[in-house]
Amino acid sequence: MIKFIPNILFVLALLAGIGYFANNVRKIIRNIRLGRDVDRSDNKKERFKNMAMIALGQSKMVRRPVAGILHIVVYLGFIIINIEVLEIIIDGIFGTHRIFSFLGGVYDFLIGSFEILAFLVLVGVILFWIRRNVIRIKRFWNPEMKGWAKNDGNLILYFEMVLMTLFLVMNATDIQLQELGADHYIKAGSYPISQFIAPLFSSMSETSLIVLERSAWWLHIIGILVFLNYLYFSKHLHILLAFPNTYYGDLKPKGELNNLEAVTNEVMLMMDPNADPFAAPADDGQEEGEPEKFGASDVTDLNWAQLLNAYTCTECGRCTSECPANQTGKKLSPRKIMMDTRDRLKEVGDNIDKNGSFVDDGKQLLNDYITQEELWACTSCNACVEACPVSISPLSIIIDMRRYLVMEQSAAPTDLNNMMSNIENNGAPWPFNQMDRLNWKDE
Amino acid sequence: MSETIKVPTMAEYMAEGKRPEVLFWVGCAGSFDDRAKKITKAFVKLLHNAEVDFAVLGTEESCTGDPAKRAGNEFLFQMQAVTNIEVLNAYEIKKVVTACPHCFNTLKNEYPVLGGDYDVMHHTQFLKSLLDEGRLKVEGGKFKGKRITFHDPCYLGRANNVYEAPRDLLRKLEVELVEMKRCKRNGLCCGAGGAQMFKEPEPGNKDVNVERTEDALKIKPDIIAAGCPFCNTMMTDGVKSKEKEEDVQVLDVAELIANAQDL
Repeated sequence: MIKFIPNILFVLALLAGIGYFANNVRKIIRNIRLGRDVDRSDNKKERFKNMAMIALGQSKMVRRPVAGILHIVVYLGFIIINIEVLEIIIDGIFGTHRIFSFLGGVYDFLIGSFEILAFLVLVGVILFWIRRNVIRIKRFWNPEMKGWAKNDGNLILYFEMVLMTLFLVMNATDIQLQELGADHYIKAGSYPISQFIAPLFSSMSETSLIVLERSAWWLHIIGILVFLNYLYFSKHLHILLAFPNTYYGDLKPKGELNNLEAVTNEVMLMMDPNADPFAAPADDGQEEGEPEKFGASDVTDLNWAQLLNAYTCTECGRCTSECPANQTGKKLSPRKIMMDTRDRLKEVGDNIDKNGSFVDDGKQLLNDYITQEELWACTSCNACVEACPVSISPLSIIIDMRRYLVMEQSAAPTDLNNMMSNIENNGAPWPFNQMDRLNWKDE
Repeated sequence: MSETIKVPTMAEYMAEGKRPEVLFWVGCAGSFDDRAKKITKAFVKLLHNAEVDFAVLGTEESCTGDPAKRAGNEFLFQMQAVTNIEVLNAYEIKKVVTACPHCFNTLKNEYPVLGGDYDVMHHTQFLKSLLDEGRLKVEGGKFKGKRITFHDPCYLGRANNVYEAPRDLLRKLEVELVEMKRCKRNGLCCGAGGAQMFKEPEPGNKDVNVERTEDALKIKPDIIAAGCPFCNTMMTDGVKSKEKEEDVQVLDVAELIANAQDL
């Protein structure tokens, strides 16, 4: 019985790790569904193509070649090395060692490839760390990148460094054990990288080697499970959410802002000469007597695709570095819009977890997170949308919040109120008479 | 300038029982802004030169609602849109050309869902098609060999992926077309979009139009070409703030073509 203890511990760790993660994924899905409905079920073919090109193919990452290529190395390494995790899981459950080694030459090739990738990932991650902390690339040092945002970015890099190192140490000690002919440690695999680490352990005894190999093996798999669960608390969720997010991305031309149907209904009623102004409102499936709120003051006024955007954002800051307002010293940072939306959504979600359903906390996305000054600084130029490697639109959130400010609060800057009353009164944003519209031809 | 140019209106066409080939949507800037009126006139000259059968709405035209929508006033936007669509549909308009990328984007993308479906072209696209059909001649003339850079309007470029039409026209003028470091999909905004044209900027350390003008001045152009009346104003102001108005002109693509031929 006692000899199965490692197997039992392994299965328990695996179940705990996956179970806790699944529970948090359920929360994320529930939180995203707090958003308003929006139809993104059209054009499946184009959507799959976008997901294949943008998420899987990383087509927008490489627009910045240095970061893009490094990212592809880490991303490929991450995906391919995970094949090895499959073997680790089977070995862990059944107490086997390198169960796939019967593949012979194929196994040698696989392990060899994993080693090279692990090494490249290690190098990539170190370079990323240098870019963040030594070169101090500007977009990693914007005001919103203080505190947790900064630590989160570095923690992810440390995680990956440790995991890759453990993987290589595990293999290096295995080489030594294979050479000593230790029990279980059958001759298998090729080790293009760890063969250079193995000599470090050449003077160790078989027992110490086994302890070291087992420790590296356990820490590696436990590390992976911890990292998996870290995702929920981190910006790093993009490794999963980039796929649905690019699939559900907006397919309209970037210049097209969505139409507010609730407004259309009212406008059409006003324009219809046959409409009875005293008629009871038609039953359009809305809550009784509750008129639809125009625009967004909190996360639940946004649609689910915008909330998915917020969870997907990995705070790379490409949007902010392209934003004309941000470049000229204004407070607006499109990345901060996404981070604020996610932070507030998490807060709302935690509130629901604690109270069973949402209990008013006296806070909202507008003003408590995103200030009006930020919202009014946007030129709607779409540079942020173009820059995002995973099809996030900070602009759509900015516009929805402006809609709330203008239509629910009449809180536009004075200049804009003047512009709008000009349009209303004389059909132009300036105080010119519509009857003078053709005067230019005679001037 | 006090010459009268022939600009037929839709009402006049209707009275004669005729339909024009295309409606020229002048836009608020093109109608009222002194600088933009020059662009309007240059474009009309090109339309006459290519013998295009066109008309304008004149006093029946009203703001498309673009700045209201971008400012968040969906209500005002839709009122404008529905009113304009009523006029356009009453005249059974099929094809619209405009020299303003904001009008272009709104008419093209945001009117269909409200019942206004037209074939909408930006004037640089329309001029390019006239050129391709052999109706318009674009020749070097006085701008031959001049160093010209094109500033992409956000609502023509990123918003609608039109990058080549204006550049094709400029190349035809046999100019030395030079690109700013940030161009096409990476082009920097002039600072006017999203209703910023009508308000003071938020506190910062620089105006967006100055930042963009610096991009342009870095490559030492003789002329900054624009395709939007608002970009034109912003870049002109930017050049003035750098005291470079003696050396660098800001001209619309339509003006460049018209002036090249001394129309």
